Amino acid sequence: MEEQSKKIEVVNTTKIFGKQTKRAAQLLNEGKSKSEILKMTGATVGVKNATFDVYDGEIFVIMGLSGSGKSTLVRMLNRLIDPTMGSIRIDGQDIVGMNKEQLREVRRKKIGMVFQNFALFPHKTILENTEYGLEIQGIAKAERKAKATESLRLVGLAGYEEQYPSQLSGGMQQRVGLARALANDPDVLLMDEAFSALDPLIRKDMQDELLQLHHDMGKTIIFITHDLDEALRIGDRIALMKDGDIVQIGTPEEILMNPSNKYVERFVEDVDLSKVLTAGHIMKKADMVQVDRGARVALRLMKRQGISSIYVVDNGNQLLGAVTAQDALDATESGKTLESVLIKDIPTCSPDTVLTDLFDTVSTTPIPMAVVNEEKHLQGIIVRGALIGALAGDGQFINRDRQVEMTVDTEELLDLEVSSHG
Amino acid sequence: MDELLPRLPFASWIDSGVDWLVTHFGSVFDGIAGFLKGSVEGAVAWMDMVPSILLALLFALIAWIVSTRKIAIFTLIGLLFIDYLGYWYAMLQMLALVITSVVIALVIGIPLGIWGSQRPTVKKIINPVLDLMQTMPAFVYLLPAIFFFNIGVVPGVVASVIFSMPPTIRLTMLGIEQVPKDLIEATEAFGSTTWQRLIKVQIPLAKPTIMAGVNQSIMLSLSMVVIASMVGAPGLGEEVYRSVTQLKTGVGFETGLSIVIVAIILDRITQHAGKKKQGGIVK
Repeated sequence: MEEQSKKIEVVNTTKIFGKQTKRAAQLLNEGKSKSEILKMTGATVGVKNATFDVYDGEIFVIMGLSGSGKSTLVRMLNRLIDPTMGSIRIDGQDIVGMNKEQLREVRRKKIGMVFQNFALFPHKTILENTEYGLEIQGIAKAERKAKATESLRLVGLAGYEEQYPSQLSGGMQQRVGLARALANDPDVLLMDEAFSALDPLIRKDMQDELLQLHHDMGKTIIFITHDLDEALRIGDRIALMKDGDIVQIGTPEEILMNPSNKYVERFVEDVDLSKVLTAGHIMKKADMVQVDRGARVALRLMKRQGISSIYVVDNGNQLLGAVTAQDALDATESGKTLESVLIKDIPTCSPDTVLTDLFDTVSTTPIPMAVVNEEKHLQGIIVRGALIGALAGDGQFINRDRQVEMTVDTEELLDLEVSSHG
Repeated sequence: MDELLPRLPFASWIDSGVDWLVTHFGSVFDGIAGFLKGSVEGAVAWMDMVPSILLALLFALIAWIVSTRKIAIFTLIGLLFIDYLGYWYAMLQMLALVITSVVIALVIGIPLGIWGSQRPTVKKIINPVLDLMQTMPAFVYLLPAIFFFNIGVVPGVVASVIFSMPPTIRLTMLGIEQVPKDLIEATEAFGSTTWQRLIKVQIPLAKPTIMAGVNQSIMLSLSMVVIASMVGAPGLGEEVYRSVTQLKTGVGFETGLSIVIVAIILDRITQHAGKKKQGGIVK
């Protein structure tokens, strides 16, 4: 897990719309439901006692159907909507108690926002739109132009500076929306259904780019969506809302595998797990042997584990290939080195590969698929049983933190070596 | 009924109110009258310094810049036609009256409209007053205007201002209120002040609607010139009024047509001015 310093702390925050909010708040505290309060006072409960923390640098997704209060909740974070009760702190600063000027300062420096329908200013060029947040801070023209241009470059819109929003496609318009929010270099990015108005293909591209930007810039992102697939795809953690309540907060795996109640269960039952779970989730501990241990040790290890092939790594634990029991036996008998019988062309994937991309290879390969990280270190292996078990929704096949213990047990190897020589 | 509800003397209240104003604020009204008279007559003198052909060309050039070439050509021919008919000076007098009253209507109306768009209470007060201004027969307030400002061009300007201001106020409010809510949210979310939100986003986006209001104000002001001439405002309206009272149908048509030409020119120019310069997007 990443560092867990809290960026945003929301405690018991409630929003009630309409008249008689005080009476409604009282009824709410007495445990009356949303519809009872509506009947008794005419007031609508938008968000009910929301409590959650957002950690520094994570993507926190607030997800729910329309009317669940998610847009209200996110608007309370920068007080586009004033909460009726509760406390909201960003970096320990109380947002609710701020006066207009302090609030303006926070909105200018700390929080950027991206809107569902882009909310670009139609009378301003792309550059002017992107400069807006800097312009109202009174930043000099040259400086804001430089920052806005850089921001546009980040979202892949260099060269469009002088166009007007209406000349751009939806996806490009939302890039401008994103660039405009990034130009201020805020710590926190609020994205209200930012990709919901885009068609599915563009949406997926934008999700990927957002993840890339998030990886590069490390901003804290609060992302609102009604689309569960989107939530699962980009969220480090997800808060699921229903009728103004947060019904569950957890990582995508927790939400999928341990729905806290019937509502969440119904919500997630149609999820295509193969597009959510990754190789990292289902990989098993791999048996491996260092190449200089020789064929004999490899053979003994395989016998001991009851497996027909084993992965071979170098001294730096970099994956070299695999060797089958038959080849290892031949090598021992003919006195060849382990390296000479190595199968180097083995199927590999990264821990982030989603299951749907594994089916093809896993179904045909005789050797279990190797999961390697960027440094080519072996992280684990994919076995068919675990793949099928995970798709069936069986939680015991899932590695929650997407890691398996992968130390080479030298003690054990030495034992083996001694016994094989003896 | 007469027995049950005593008749309240509204009429005499208003009369004494007008009297009171005239006696106590006479000098204020004199000051206003002097300013208005000076503005109108100054404008006429200015425009009259330029030869009619040159002025017609200048107007055509303005029409070309803010709208299209077609309208520019119409402007040139129309104005030269008025000159040919011999109503050039009367046309200048009318134009001066219209321009003065419209400028005053805008200077008061646009800020009022902006204020009303920001404050629901202000809007609630403004709206019925606007209804009153638009529906009260003009003659009714021409009378006190004569008491306050004497006979001549000034009560004409005042009546035109009263009659022509409402559309500017209404459409300014409407235009600002019609700016999409998510754009307002965006300005707020980036930390704009109220003033920044108005100047940088709301007013520019409301501009086409505000210009439609300006256009309407000009048209209404033009429609007042004949009525204004009844209290002594000079110009084309006066010519129309005279020809009607003297039963000169032909002259009536000539002068009436001249007013129509000026009206079309002003209408087309202001209509286009509202649509242009929006970065290729017309809302």
